[in-house]
Amino acid sequence: MDLIFEKSRSGRRASRIPESDVPEISVNTVIDNHLLRDSVDLPEVSELDLIRHYTELSRRNFGVDAGFYPLGSCTMKYNPKINEDVAGLSGFTGLHPYAHASMCQGNLCLMYELQRMLSEIFGMADFTLQPSAGAHGELTGVMMMKKHFDTRGEQRTRILIPDAAHGTNPASGALCGFQAVTVRSNEEGGVDIDHLNELMTEEVAGLMLTNPNTLGLFERNIEMVARIVHAEGGFLYCDGANANAFMGRTRPGDLGFDIIQLNLHKTFSTPHGCGGPGSGPVGVAEHLVSYLPVPRIIEKNGSYEWDDDYPDSIGKVKAFYGNFNVMVKAYTYIRTLGPDGLRKTSDMAVLNANYVKEKLKPYYDLPYDRPCMHECVFSGRRQVRESGIHTADIAKRLLDYGFHPPTIYFPIIVPEAIMIEPNETESRETLDSFCDAMIAIAREAKENPDSVTSAPHTTPVKRLDDVLAARKPDVCWCS
Amino acid sequence: MDYTPHTSDDVREMLQIIGAGSLDDLFSDIPEAFRLNRFLRLPAALSELEVSEMMRGKAGLNAVQSMTLTGAGAYHHYIPAVVGHVISRSEFYTAYTPYQAEISQGILQAIYEYQTMIARLTGMQVANASMYDGASAMAEAAVLAGKTLKRDKIILCRSIHPEYREVVSTYCWANGYDVVEIPYLDSGQLDASALAAVVDKKTAAVLVQSPNFFGVIEDIGAIEPMVHSCGALLVAGFTDATSLGILKPAGEVGADIAVGEGQSFGNPMNYGGPYLGIFAGTDKLLRKIPGRLSGATIDQSGQRGFVLTLQAREQHIRRERATSNICTNEALCALAAAVYLTSLGKNLPDLAKLNVYKAHYLRKQLLSLDGWKPVFSGPVYNEFVLRCPDPSLINRRLREEGIVGGYEPASDYPELDNTLLLCATELLRKEDMDNVVSIVSG
Repeated sequence: MDLIFEKSRSGRRASRIPESDVPEISVNTVIDNHLLRDSVDLPEVSELDLIRHYTELSRRNFGVDAGFYPLGSCTMKYNPKINEDVAGLSGFTGLHPYAHASMCQGNLCLMYELQRMLSEIFGMADFTLQPSAGAHGELTGVMMMKKHFDTRGEQRTRILIPDAAHGTNPASGALCGFQAVTVRSNEEGGVDIDHLNELMTEEVAGLMLTNPNTLGLFERNIEMVARIVHAEGGFLYCDGANANAFMGRTRPGDLGFDIIQLNLHKTFSTPHGCGGPGSGPVGVAEHLVSYLPVPRIIEKNGSYEWDDDYPDSIGKVKAFYGNFNVMVKAYTYIRTLGPDGLRKTSDMAVLNANYVKEKLKPYYDLPYDRPCMHECVFSGRRQVRESGIHTADIAKRLLDYGFHPPTIYFPIIVPEAIMIEPNETESRETLDSFCDAMIAIAREAKENPDSVTSAPHTTPVKRLDDVLAARKPDVCWCS
Repeated sequence: MDYTPHTSDDVREMLQIIGAGSLDDLFSDIPEAFRLNRFLRLPAALSELEVSEMMRGKAGLNAVQSMTLTGAGAYHHYIPAVVGHVISRSEFYTAYTPYQAEISQGILQAIYEYQTMIARLTGMQVANASMYDGASAMAEAAVLAGKTLKRDKIILCRSIHPEYREVVSTYCWANGYDVVEIPYLDSGQLDASALAAVVDKKTAAVLVQSPNFFGVIEDIGAIEPMVHSCGALLVAGFTDATSLGILKPAGEVGADIAVGEGQSFGNPMNYGGPYLGIFAGTDKLLRKIPGRLSGATIDQSGQRGFVLTLQAREQHIRRERATSNICTNEALCALAAAVYLTSLGKNLPDLAKLNVYKAHYLRKQLLSLDGWKPVFSGPVYNEFVLRCPDPSLINRRLREEGIVGGYEPASDYPELDNTLLLCATELLRKEDMDNVVSIVSG
């Protein structure tokens, strides 16, 4: 379809600027000409052109409301509509971040209570809501580790990261100047304890562990892992991307984690908006509270205010206080579900994942065959071996069946990985039809491989040339 | 209430197929000592009606804000109705990052168009899909410069937003870079001779902002030769993005990177977030840029399509050697900006001019009052600093009328005691401003 620029016609307008009710001055009398521009090159369309354009674009996009979205590690659950409505209340959206605290008591109270509720759910002493997304939270967490060692005059240069970890973990470590060192996984998909023992020295700031890990498996040796890391004075960091698996069942703080970052947009059902905004709160154990970013909210006799006076703080990672609008949705979600609803959420997420795992096990290789948590990871290697069909082909074929494909080729320790996270909001009927599609594709791979390798057949565009896009980058349109 | 569809029959039968005796069995990998044997201590579940009332109550604890005179990094602009309608389409807001391009052409094309609009507005050749906010975009620009040039000195102007400077400092500390601040002149603009004294071959980047925190427009072109003669990168920020409608773009005066806050483009103030980090740069830096990029390509039948491209820069491929750790960004805010800029189109300069008129009117009216004096002589867009008697008293009076008063810079700039930073956008009517003048004059 045409770009908005290609629909542009000189002279068309979709807006009108109000007449000025104050004296119009010649701008170049107050701003020197050499600081001014001549024109802006933006589209010229009517309002209907605009609406038709974006409506057509939206029809070329797939969201959770349209269908099943088992994208592993992304927790694509249903986003309750009430969350959107309350987050859109003008009392919330209209406030300037520098409005005096006395004008913002509702916001401050909500943020304070959200911090307290998250602290209870995850067993941490306190939370910051400032980071904008999971990776931003990771960075904040690692900064707090660094600050701790800086404050004590300790030089720690390395950070340990399991081979199954999200790519953001080593990248966040590197952004803090740490050398990322990979810890191997063992045969059952957990941390290789011997390797951890070997790597964990006084030069290591800590271990960034995703639990349950990206294989969807709970770290059975968590107690020993914590002991090894703590014995050398390191910190145990929890990548909380997979927190949907254990709410009300266990708490990272109780497991020995010192730091956890959450992805509110995953676990707490704040829609992902095609890639953000998210929110990445970070929780810490008591001994790290003084390093939290500033400002922090304090409560005094039932009223709330901002406080900047924390000399050990890492400082700020974002202007203002975080993605407030996302926090409103998470707060609404937690208050709607309550303690029993949160536990049921995790229970049903885990039930759904195990159900899909059992149903697909006969058709796809399951490298780690043990009870999973909220997601399960298959390998497409059997299909490669038997019919030359790759995981990418299976994913593209799923599009024809009306499903968003699982995460593929991650975690990288599983060849041809197919990572399925069904989440708790999906019914058994939906899971059955997804499994039927996966089973049908496994059969097609053997009997009619062309139908799979030439997929998708039903989408607005066919498979796209990634290599061309990278070789001749075209990221802005030149008319 | 919760959002799970499982009937008790479903649960029983599914457990049977799994071969588990109970839901508890599914959690047997959690060591027994760490299993939570109580419910979480949280308020009890609510119905939608109850939660809706409760949240309205929370919002009602906030003051009804009749107008705001503070900008300082968050700007109150009119948002055309089309913006909310487009971004509320669930095909957009309930989708994840467009990893499967064939069913994500909508957002990929929208982001490509957004990138194009931002590149054109900033005068750069390329722009990314968005960063968290203006402050972190500026910090990532500093890190990009440090990593690309393998230098460890970052120079930033004291006239940059204090929170941006704090975020830049945090990122620079984490990377082991030195941060050098340069002062401002009586004009409110950066002190070029102070810059000349510190910029050297160790400098990775010089960071400026225009309009700067004081609302004053910097002459970025004037320092460009000095910065580039040292081989450093010139990073040009801005405060209110609507100023791009009339100000000469950074790319045209030789900046290497343009960063700033895009909230003004169709995103509400939302008490500080989510906002929109704008990041644009020269062609040369394309493979160093942090974050997502949507790129045009063709499909198997030869028709145009879009994909996330140059992913080899990114954390999920390159891990610790990635250009940034950013993954989730602010896609929906970028979409709002694209819709906003489509709606405003070539009217954007007129909107910017209206902001100039309003701010200069308010400034003039306040300056006619006893004890109000200009602080800076440099040209301003829609914000300005004035010296005035007892800023906190003035703000208290305004607050009593439901007005968010001016920002008091003295907390960040002790030398600017008894001053206010004020902002006027198209949303302030003449009568509002006249009313403000009469309130502050007591």
